[in-house]
Amino acid sequence: MTSLTRLSLTSAVEGLRARTFSSAELTRAHLDAIAAARALNAFILETPESAMAMAAASDERLRRGEGGSLEGAPLGVKDLFCTKGVRSTAGSRILGNFTPTYESTVTANLWRDGAVMLGKLNMDEFAMGSSNETSAFGPVINPWRSSASNRPLTPGGSSGGSAAAVAADLALAATATDTGGSIRQPASLTGTVGMKPTYGRCSRWGIVAFASSLDQAGPLAKTVGDAALLLKSMSGHDPKDSTSLTAETPDFPAFVGKSVKGLRIGVPKEYRVDGMPAEIDQLWATGIEWLREAGCEIVEVSLPHTKYALPAYYIIAPAEASSNLARYDGMRYGARVEGASLSDVYQLTRAAGFGDEVKRRVLIGTYVLSAGYYDAYYLKALKVRRRIADDFDQAFGKVDALLTPTAPSAAFGLGENSADPIAMYLNDIFTVTVNLAGLPAISVPGGLDSQGLPLGLQLIGRALDEATLFSLAGAVEKAAAFTARPEQWW
Amino acid sequence: MAIDVDTVRKVANLAQIREPDDRLEALAKELSGILQWIEQLDEVDTTGVAPMTSAVAMPAPMREDVVTEGGDAAAILANAPATRNGFFVVPKVVE
Repeated sequence: MTSLTRLSLTSAVEGLRARTFSSAELTRAHLDAIAAARALNAFILETPESAMAMAAASDERLRRGEGGSLEGAPLGVKDLFCTKGVRSTAGSRILGNFTPTYESTVTANLWRDGAVMLGKLNMDEFAMGSSNETSAFGPVINPWRSSASNRPLTPGGSSGGSAAAVAADLALAATATDTGGSIRQPASLTGTVGMKPTYGRCSRWGIVAFASSLDQAGPLAKTVGDAALLLKSMSGHDPKDSTSLTAETPDFPAFVGKSVKGLRIGVPKEYRVDGMPAEIDQLWATGIEWLREAGCEIVEVSLPHTKYALPAYYIIAPAEASSNLARYDGMRYGARVEGASLSDVYQLTRAAGFGDEVKRRVLIGTYVLSAGYYDAYYLKALKVRRRIADDFDQAFGKVDALLTPTAPSAAFGLGENSADPIAMYLNDIFTVTVNLAGLPAISVPGGLDSQGLPLGLQLIGRALDEATLFSLAGAVEKAAAFTARPEQWW
Repeated sequence: MAIDVDTVRKVANLAQIREPDDRLEALAKELSGILQWIEQLDEVDTTGVAPMTSAVAMPAPMREDVVTEGGDAAAILANAPATRNGFFVVPKVVE
C-alpha cells in the first residue's frame, strides 16, 4: 500500500475520519515501509505490536464517530522523548535499557489526540551533533542522494532519524527537538518542513535534557499544514515544566493559506557569509521575490551580533549540558560499570557510556564553569546572548518576520565534517541565533541544488507568533511548489 | 587560552570522566582549538549589559507547597542497576 504512505498527515487524518481507509491499514503500510527501509537506520526501536494495538483502538473510536485531531495517524518519535514502557536511549549507550515509567507531556498530548506511535527515531547522542554521526546506534542515512554519486549523505542532526523517516515516507510526521538547529537543519537537508516554536510553547517535561534554556520540541513534517497540525497537538501549558508558557495555543492550521499581503519581511545582511554556496544565495534571492510577489514588503535589517551567536552557544550549551548530564552516574538508572571505589564507578561508567562529542562538550562545560573561568566565559556568553536577543528586538520593531537560508550547505557526505568539531558546529550558523533569543522559526523546502539535493529557507518570527510564520511558510511552499522526492534506492 | 594536559586531567576529574593518559594530549589540542575560537567573544562590548539567564520573559511561577506525588518506590527503582529491599544498591562510600 505505497500510496497510503505518500499521504500528507492532513489528508490522512481526513481519510481516516471519512473512513476511506482504516488506521490499521495506514499503520500496516507504514510498518511495512519501515521494515523495508532499515538501510536508512532511521529507527532505534520499532514498536509494531503496540502500533497495531493503538491503530485498532483508533479505528474503534473512529467507527463510533469519535476521535481527536490526529486520530489513527501513525507518527515517529525522536528517541529523546520518554515513552512509558518503551525503551528511551537519547542515542546514548549510557541510558542502557532505560525504560521510562512515565510519558513525556508532548507525546502524551499526541496520544490524547489519537496518534499512533510507530517507534523511536535515531538521533545524535543527547542531541549533540549536526550529522547524526554521534549516535551510539550508528548514523542515519539520508534518503536523498546526489545525482553525481551514490555515496551516503547525512540527513543532518540531531533530529536526523525524524527527518529521514518523514522524507522517506516511513511516518506521516515526527516529533523532534531543536537546541541549536536540530529540527531546522535536518528539515533543510531532507526536503521536509521543520518548526522550532517559541521557547516554552511545548513542555520540556519528559524530554531528556541537553541545554535546558535552549531545548525546545517541535514537528518535522511533509507540508507546512502538517507541521501546523502537529504543533497544535504538541503545544500547551504544562505545570510540570516551570518554563512552560501559559499562552493559549492558536489554531495553527487555520493560518496556513492566509494572505501575507502587507507583511514586512526583514532580510538580515549579516546572514550573507563567506564561502556560502552561490546556489544558497540564489535560493535566498528567489525566496525574497516569492514573498514580494505575495504582497510582502522587503526591508534590509541588521543583526550585528550574528557572528557571535555560535561561540556564545558553545559556552552556554556545554555549560548547561555538563550540569544536566551529571545525573548519569550509574546509580539510579542506566548502565553501570563496576569499579573499586565510588569514584571509579562514576568515572568508568561515564567513560564507557558517553561518546566522544558528548565528552568533549561536558569537558568544555565543566571548564567554563570552573573557578576562575566562570566570569570570563560563562558570564560573558550570557551577556552576548542578551545582545543577540536585543538585535532581534530591534529588528522586530521594523519587520514582522525575517527570511534567511536555513543551513550553509546541502546534505554532505558521512565523515566529511566529523574530523573537525568547529567545521561541524558551523552547520548551525543560521539557526542557533533563534535558540539563544527563544524565538520561533520554520524551515521550508525551497528547491534543489545542481546535484538534485534539497535546500531550505528559514523564516524567523516574534516570540509567540508562530501563526504568522505558518502563513508565510505557506506562501513560500505554494510559490516553491516543491514536489521533488528522493528516488527509492533502499 | 590554550589548555594543557594537566588542565584536561583536572577538568576530566571534575567531570567524573576517566580519560586514558594517551588521550589527554589530543583532547588538550581539541579543547584549546574550540576555546580559541570562542574567544572572539572578547570583541563584543558588554559593558553594562545584564546577563540573559532565561529565554522566557516571565517570572518563575509559584505553586502551593504541598506534596503532589509520591509512594512510587517501585517505579523509581524500576531502572536501577542494582536494588535490594526497596533501596538502591551503591558502592560503599564511607570506610
